[in-house]
Amino acid sequence: MSEERDEIFARVRRALAPLPVRTALPDWDPARIAPGFAAADSCTLFVERFREVGGVPLSSRQGLMAWLAGKGWACGYCDPGLWPELRGHFPPQMEVSTSLRRARIDDYAFAITVASGAIAETGTVILTDRDTPVRLAALAPWAHVAVIPRSRIHRSIACALGAMPDDPNIVWVTGPSKTADIEGILIEGVHGPGIQAAWVADDR
Amino acid sequence: MKEQPIDRFAAELEASRRSAVYEGTKATHEKRTRHLAARFAEADVLRRTAGEIKQHVVEHLDRYLPEVEVKLRQHGVGVHWCSTADSACATVLRILQARGVRRLVKAKTMLGEEIGLAGYLERHGIESVETDLGEFIVQVDRDHPSHIVRPIIHKSRREVATTLERIGLGTYDDDPSTITQRIRSHLRGKYLAADAALTGANFISVESGRVVIVTNEGNSRFCLAAARLHLVLVGIEKLVPRDRDLALLLNLLARSATAQPLTVYTEFVAGPRASGQADGPDEMEVVFVDNGRTEMLASDCRDILRCIRCGACLNVCPVYRQATGHAYRSVYPGPVGAVLSPLLAGSRFPEWADLPKASSLCGACNEVCPVDIPIPDLLLRLRARGKQEGGPQARIGTLPMGLWSWIAARPELWRAALRAGAALDLLPLRLAPVPALRAWSKDRDLPAWRGGAFRRWFRHRSRL
Ligand code: SF4
Repeated sequence: MSEERDEIFARVRRALAPLPVRTALPDWDPARIAPGFAAADSCTLFVERFREVGGVPLSSRQGLMAWLAGKGWACGYCDPGLWPELRGHFPPQMEVSTSLRRARIDDYAFAITVASGAIAETGTVILTDRDTPVRLAALAPWAHVAVIPRSRIHRSIACALGAMPDDPNIVWVTGPSKTADIEGILIEGVHGPGIQAAWVADDR
Repeated sequence: MKEQPIDRFAAELEASRRSAVYEGTKATHEKRTRHLAARFAEADVLRRTAGEIKQHVVEHLDRYLPEVEVKLRQHGVGVHWCSTADSACATVLRILQARGVRRLVKAKTMLGEEIGLAGYLERHGIESVETDLGEFIVQVDRDHPSHIVRPIIHKSRREVATTLERIGLGTYDDDPSTITQRIRSHLRGKYLAADAALTGANFISVESGRVVIVTNEGNSRFCLAAARLHLVLVGIEKLVPRDRDLALLLNLLARSATAQPLTVYTEFVAGPRASGQADGPDEMEVVFVDNGRTEMLASDCRDILRCIRCGACLNVCPVYRQATGHAYRSVYPGPVGAVLSPLLAGSRFPEWADLPKASSLCGACNEVCPVDIPIPDLLLRLRARGKQEGGPQARIGTLPMGLWSWIAARPELWRAALRAGAALDLLPLRLAPVPALRAWSKDRDLPAWRGGAFRRWFRHRSRL
């Protein structure tokens, strides 16, 4: 262990030693921070809040395909796990691949990936390395479509934090990537997707 | 009376700059207030609870720092400790050089600014690119951020468009979406070519060893998708005890900073990617930095270590709104900066001793602070310290009180002065040889002298 480490720790101890009492860790009730949405079921609430943060909710495979067709995109990515279910349903001229090539990163207009869950309170999509191993897929294309298993929608941030999967990388995505850096004007699609869509699907 | 430096800066500020900052901060502040009131019945209780959690952490760093170190190592993360800015810069450089890193992408870290990392790495031949849109503009303009959350709040879109044209990203176009698109495609190349990514950390959970990083643009996420090495630069105070405490802090941070329910990208990183994964760094190193924080911890201003850098106190501050961020001459502007900057300066405290006086002590900063930091109290403590050791900077704008306190401490003299004060009633102020006094008394009269009235009453009062 380094000398600097010991010095810092010693300084911290010296600084705290004279305190007559130290502040205790408060016990607080997580229900406090998410009041007022007891009525709706988690899925309905998620869809409502997802829309509020600028997301595009899609309700079925047909809905997803019709939406893609309407955009007229030429090329996209689809998670290999979803491929058996979705292949054959994409619009005829669309080139869809199940591997993401970095050299062609700007060619993909959209990506469909598998989410690990969602948070109803905030309209948040949860991605993990295990379920969404290709991090760039959910990030580089202009549109990201997350397929969310219906049974894995958490009610609140607190619930989601209580059930964190054992994964080195978990990311919560709440709406499209955005900035208001230039004169406070909201612009979507800065580094990540300009469109976040989500299809809450029955568990397979 | 001499002007304070911050007043001088404000007086010379272009009107357009002042109004950009004024309008920007006002809008964010109002949106935040609406947001908090709409969803939380008891926002104040939450603020106080969050404050207690952070105060608890600060007062238990002796226990939490060794604990979090163990957790991080369990995740396969390298942990480094640096006492000073110089040592932190050198440590980062050493880690990068040992792995042959030539190109680094950075996601916003105030601490990086604080220790002057970008310039240091550049001087050692390592390209280090800011990826937050505002920070990127600040970097290529060789400017400084003027707000904690919105680094270019002082710039107009025309200035940003001119910058992009100058660095070869297309011909002049000041449409904000075009500007954003151009930066998007420029930085994409940088992410994919980078050997390493450096990020800050908003929180680290002691319980799980998860490093929490939030951005709205998704830049930190992009940094961690492509690079092979992830370096985290973090102050020793950024810990939270349990994962569940994050429910409160993340909620309050997003609402206070930008009036959102949650920041768009909230990332929890517990070590390098698992083996067999396609994307993500295969190595992670965390650099803990002291740089004056243990000194703050030992002082009566330790409460400032609760700060979660949300910027709400800047947005609400009447002085910040008028003077703008650069007036504070340091990395951290606004009320939080007026406390932090002199403290971070260490032995150079006197140079920033005027900042604690750049406040009307109206208390708005304390009211909005998501961790309930009593900023006005801390400013008063720093003013007192400034009097002791502040030198000339601390005295600017303060009436010399030496003669007054000398007389006030001597009862005989004090009584004599009270009696002599009656002479003031007879003085013709309008003929005074001091122009300022003549001007003042043109439309005003001094009230009749009542010095000694209290003493007389006290002496003659009837005792019950
Ligand atoms: S002092 Fe409080 S309000 Fe100001 S930036 Fe820090 S946390 Fe936010």
